[in-house]
Amino acid sequence: MGRVRTIARRSFLIGSAAILGGVAFGAYLVTRPTPNPLLDGLGTGEAALTPFVKITPQGITLIVPRADVGQGIASTQAMLIAEELDIDPATATLDPGQPHRAYFNGTVAADGLSFPGWDEGFVAETVRDLMMNVARLSGSQFTGGSSSTADLHETLRQAGATARETLKAAAMARTGVPRADLRTEDGHVILPDGTRIPYTELAGEAAAIEPVTYVALRPASDWTRLGKPHRRLDVGAKSTGTQNYGVDVALPGMLYATVRANPGRGGGMARYSADAALAMMGVRSVVEVNEGLAVIADNTWFAFQAAAALEVDWLPPDYPASSAEMWQALSDAHTEEFQNSRLREDGDVEAALTGATVIEAEYRTPFLAHAALEPLNATVLVEDDAVTIWTATQIPHVVRDAAAEVTGVDAANVILHALPAGGSFGRRLDHDYVVQAIQIAATMPGTPVKTIWSREEDMTHDFPRPLHMARGRGAVAEGRVLACDLDTISPSLISSWFGRVFIVPPGPDAMLVWGAFDQPYAIPNYRVTGYAAPPMMPIGSWRSPGACSNSFFHESFLSELIHAAGADPLEERLRLIEHADSRRVLEAVGDISNWAGADIGPARGRGLAFSYTHGVPVAEVIDVTMTDQGIRIDEVWIAADCGTVFDPVNAEAQLTGAAIFGLGHAMNCELTYENHAVRQTNFHAFEGMRLHQTPRFHTRLLGLAERVRGLGEPATAPAAPALADAIFAATGERLREMPFSRSVDFA
Amino acid sequence: MDLTINGTSHTLELPDDIPLLWALRDGLNITSVKYGCGIAQCGACTVHIGGEAVRSCQVALADVWGEITTIEGLGTPDALHAIQTAWIDHQVAQCGYCQSGQIMQAADLLARNPEPSDEDIDAAMSGNLCRCGTYPRIRAAVHAAASALREV
Ligand code: FES
Ligand code: FES
Repeated sequence: MGRVRTIARRSFLIGSAAILGGVAFGAYLVTRPTPNPLLDGLGTGEAALTPFVKITPQGITLIVPRADVGQGIASTQAMLIAEELDIDPATATLDPGQPHRAYFNGTVAADGLSFPGWDEGFVAETVRDLMMNVARLSGSQFTGGSSSTADLHETLRQAGATARETLKAAAMARTGVPRADLRTEDGHVILPDGTRIPYTELAGEAAAIEPVTYVALRPASDWTRLGKPHRRLDVGAKSTGTQNYGVDVALPGMLYATVRANPGRGGGMARYSADAALAMMGVRSVVEVNEGLAVIADNTWFAFQAAAALEVDWLPPDYPASSAEMWQALSDAHTEEFQNSRLREDGDVEAALTGATVIEAEYRTPFLAHAALEPLNATVLVEDDAVTIWTATQIPHVVRDAAAEVTGVDAANVILHALPAGGSFGRRLDHDYVVQAIQIAATMPGTPVKTIWSREEDMTHDFPRPLHMARGRGAVAEGRVLACDLDTISPSLISSWFGRVFIVPPGPDAMLVWGAFDQPYAIPNYRVTGYAAPPMMPIGSWRSPGACSNSFFHESFLSELIHAAGADPLEERLRLIEHADSRRVLEAVGDISNWAGADIGPARGRGLAFSYTHGVPVAEVIDVTMTDQGIRIDEVWIAADCGTVFDPVNAEAQLTGAAIFGLGHAMNCELTYENHAVRQTNFHAFEGMRLHQTPRFHTRLLGLAERVRGLGEPATAPAAPALADAIFAATGERLREMPFSRSVDFA
Repeated sequence: MDLTINGTSHTLELPDDIPLLWALRDGLNITSVKYGCGIAQCGACTVHIGGEAVRSCQVALADVWGEITTIEGLGTPDALHAIQTAWIDHQVAQCGYCQSGQIMQAADLLARNPEPSDEDIDAAMSGNLCRCGTYPRIRAAVHAAASALREV
């Protein structure tokens, strides 16, 4: 019965994906090659041999369309092209390009489906292919879901190879030397006699011939850059204060603005008075924007001061006003009526629990802010027939279309200068701040205006990680986990976020149960049910969405069951998992941490958690000590397998950074609401992790998984449950609610 | 208002109470000094005044009591300071937004304490928030910079 229901829901989804991917667009469109946006406006002597490589007499530009929000993807994209193109990427110009269908992200669309990443069956793979085409045809250019490397690694290497072979073909046409006898090295084609022709000199000739496509990619054993430690291309600028971010844009005649919006998102304004603000020094004007008002001034400080002086009567939005009411609404949604998915149903949970000693537990995670250190900002110049935007965004295609919609200017005349972001963690998957900046600049045609949110505005108007709760029921027998039934309840992230930036896709919200339904455990009686609570505060994607809460619920509850069974946490997980990649990371983390159980001596404890997110299995072991000042995290061991590692130094940084992100928020952070307003408005009340709480890290990347995946998020999810597990081992207390600082002190 | 920044004097027409942070950023286009919180909680705006690390968001322009050094005064891409070299060698930066402040704070620490322990580093640097979590490499880079500076 359970199986039938699962399949029925999936076929509904397959049906809708098939309509979008095949029928609606037509087979002709699906198979038609994607145009190359760089071909428009090429000068003489210039070549755009693929959408990713532009060569002019002055130099080589690599198009790196995925947004760098700190995860290092600009550098990785350039390295992937450079490996096949045979150039030193540090000598090339990196350009994110303009939003375009050629830069679509298919992987992120395929990952959003109701199939676990490890399911490589026919149905799962077919629907993934369909979703790839939906993304391709709609031109969705998301950066997110740890998908960039997975999505682009072959495309970019192919781009480098195509450009290289086409340049060789041009050299052949010029010299008569067969292509097979030509070599390439450091931006030059080398003739057998040692003559070196720079690529920049061949560009014009290369542009005139048909590109050489479908070039075989070099095997990993031939790589000179990929897979080896190399210097991330931006660390020099980022260590000398010379990296320019959106906040740093400076243009002649530019004015400065900031926003003051309704603390309750979506509520309106009853009335306002700008008189006091307008009388202040350096203030040019006060204008209405989405959700509130903006001040335009001669510098940012004048704008901040005047925004604080605005007198506004806000109208309340239509969702619950306080955290207590929101928790109640969530709890009330744990009924059949709100059931959204049951994507895992193995064995017969109800039968297994009947007559057994049922173990029950409830877990909660709070709203959390993204709070990237660079506050949200955008600089915009609106002219009669063009809009130019400087900002950091993970959704450039959405920003372009919004600019056209707000100003009435043709989307083709929207120029987007996509800049590196001072962090994002998912926040720049929304574009509310850019739309406001466009509205502001539209009031001053011909004048560029830089709009910066204050930190308080940034915290107050986040689309936070949703509050989330889970209830588990389970049973053990003969030293083993027999049954696990997890109900997980949250507002639907897909409805809230996709509703703002895309369309809400039909079918269940898989993100609501990410990190729970898709775990590779073969528990004999195993069920995961998602409940979508009514919409509240609008919510957003936060590093490892869904899984950042669900993994805490799932792994904590599994730990409770394993403890009740009297089994070893590592042994029992290995017994329950068949998936080879996942087993290997568990074995590896046991290996590097010298695992010998959770007991590591008096006043100390060791915890373990595993999660499979974004196609990457990750296992983490954490040691804690109880000190006079509170609990101290001593060491963290992380093992993961994302397949081939292209950029090992950065990969290690992503593992530790993601774990620190997971730990710091689990320990110290929550957003709470009163009268619809966030109470934590700056870092004094939302610290994340600081240096003195940072443990030692030990990491191992196995590099054995067949599919290449990304690492920006996967180490986030298992961090919190591993810490809770370690605290249990040390203190005997199970922490079932974040932030843990509500229950224990940290040193 | 006259300021000396990295050895060069500048004249600014701005009110007395504007925070030094915004005078530098919007008044003089010295944008390596970053705004993160405005309330002394993140350290992104750290500069030196008279050789001492201060949060420029907390210093009113009229109260500046000495010469200002920003990260450009410490070292440049063509002439790196040993701390910057260590930061690059350890590839500390992720988004990089906090790093000018981190480096200026580290410079202050190493000027006072040429051989800091981990505890010293934690105590001196915990006011500098890094949302990307680059802390393990910050620790390693401070140690590396300390030994490089001792060898000079
Ligand atoms: S901006 Fe000055 S400490 Fe954060
Ligand atoms: S590197 Fe991103 S905030 Fe520190």
